Amino acid sequence: MASPTASETIDAQSPRIAGRSGPHPILVRIAELRAWLFLILLIVFFEIWSRASGGDSFIFSIYNLQSITVFATAPLFLALGQTFVIISAGIDLSLGFIMGLSSVIAAHSANYLLGWGVHPLLATLIACLFGSAIALLPGLVNGWLIAQLKVPPFIGTLGMYGVARGSAYLFAGGMTVAIENDWYSAIGNGRVYGVPVLVILAVIACLILHYVLTQTRFGQHTYAMGASKAAASRAGINLKRLTLKIYLLSALMAGVAGVLYTGRFSAGAPQAGEPLLLDSIAAVVIGGASLFGGSGTISGTVAGALVIAVIQYGLVFIDVEPFWQFIAVGAVIIVSVLVDQAQRRLTGGRLAE
Amino acid sequence: MPSEPILSVRNVSKAFGAVQALNRVSFDVAPGQVVALAGDNGAGKSTLIKAISGVFRHDEGDILLESKPIDFATPQEARDSGIETIYQDLALADNLSIGENIFLGREPKRTLFGFLPILDRKKMAAAAQETMARLDFHVTRLDAPVAAFSGGQRQAIAIGRALFWNARLVIMDEPTAALGVPEQRRVLALIKSLKAQGKGVIFISHNLRDIFEVADDIVVFRRGENAGARKPAATSHDEIVKLMVGG
Repeated sequence: MASPTASETIDAQSPRIAGRSGPHPILVRIAELRAWLFLILLIVFFEIWSRASGGDSFIFSIYNLQSITVFATAPLFLALGQTFVIISAGIDLSLGFIMGLSSVIAAHSANYLLGWGVHPLLATLIACLFGSAIALLPGLVNGWLIAQLKVPPFIGTLGMYGVARGSAYLFAGGMTVAIENDWYSAIGNGRVYGVPVLVILAVIACLILHYVLTQTRFGQHTYAMGASKAAASRAGINLKRLTLKIYLLSALMAGVAGVLYTGRFSAGAPQAGEPLLLDSIAAVVIGGASLFGGSGTISGTVAGALVIAVIQYGLVFIDVEPFWQFIAVGAVIIVSVLVDQAQRRLTGGRLAE
Repeated sequence: MPSEPILSVRNVSKAFGAVQALNRVSFDVAPGQVVALAGDNGAGKSTLIKAISGVFRHDEGDILLESKPIDFATPQEARDSGIETIYQDLALADNLSIGENIFLGREPKRTLFGFLPILDRKKMAAAAQETMARLDFHVTRLDAPVAAFSGGQRQAIAIGRALFWNARLVIMDEPTAALGVPEQRRVLALIKSLKAQGKGVIFISHNLRDIFEVADDIVVFRRGENAGARKPAATSHDEIVKLMVGG
């Protein structure tokens, strides 16, 4: 029965699987970390510019560090959920207004609870939980549209963008909803040993989601789905359930971002996340993810969010007209994608067309 | 030839609306046997393997796996019973490593610090190395995504996955179609290696030379019906083509 020729043929033709000859692994590693490298370059640039023009240090300033990191948290929360969506080869355009909706609902809840005589701390906790949870509703609809009704993610979430936007403004009565609750405001503005509470919460969220993405089946299947839906489905992965979970997760993160926004500005605002949606996608792309799916990391997304925050804050710091921010961030997105494509060519992977 | 077939297909029929895709077709696959399905486009080869691998159910007749009738509702059920199908497009996730592909959908876990469940990547890498060694591929870059490997090597990975999960019957749909000549040779060698390990193999190809090289039996289909079965040694390319087109 045994067929010795078979084994010999393979031996002769393929003694080793070594992969296609590519660049040295260290080069690949550096390419993966390019968002962090770029961040360092930016910081050095702003530091030199600031010192050269006789100003203060840019980065060795507690105030600047606090401002930049707090500034980065809101787009980062959106970007963390968006990372999962983009890795799965989807896109979520509704995150900005889901954030606004949660922000308004949390503000209203906190006010009502306070009016009913609930302790401010308890009112804060319930409002935060309820505000975050309400985001699951639009997330559920997104997931259902995309998973069950096969609506393209771009269209499904664009529809939800409108629905969430309208709902947020209706709930807010077309205005912002102010809160008077020191406990709630402390979440948005408090510090622990000089570290802003928002930053602590963002770090915790990053650690949890990094774990989920790299160490759970959910994360592993998200990568597989982004690379090949056929492969994932033939491996027995339930793509409908997976898709639903991914859009629920991204909506939940937008909900958390909205709830924190209310704390930071002591008001719920329907437009809270309006300018942040594109920043969230930009952060993920600058962080090394491909919009065609299958790649991306939490660490890259964190670097991407910090790159955007440093550009925006740094340009103000060195007194450049604020409109340059848009141009700079736009240019960085384009350059990131170009570098990404060059890297894929170099490392022997295929270009997603 | 071993007596007990792994798979018996008995008078299986399948219709899609008014179209009779399969009409009372029969054949057997024994352990260590390679059965080639030959036929023109639309002859019913793909319909038949989809019925066997659980993509859809057949209307009439019996499909027996080791003498037990089977009627799988999903490809997952077929896979759990030891029937692994390797498609032309391979169904690998390009961004995952060999081990991660082998375990896709059934990832092993271990516990970190006594409480935190994490994916057991060491186990996946070890399984990848061991499995590929059974196919005489000695992998050096276990963490590289499978996109880094060539077409023939990727076929080997897909076959390796089938081997690892103890497939008894491996169905290969046009496994050489997208490959260059040296890679085609390597895939044929892989099929012989599966045969040597006692697996049953169903091999679908348009390439008669490939069929004659690896098949023990050639089962020819025409318009959803059995058009004849031949041993490669006792037939010729011309005869098979005649059976395929009729006349």
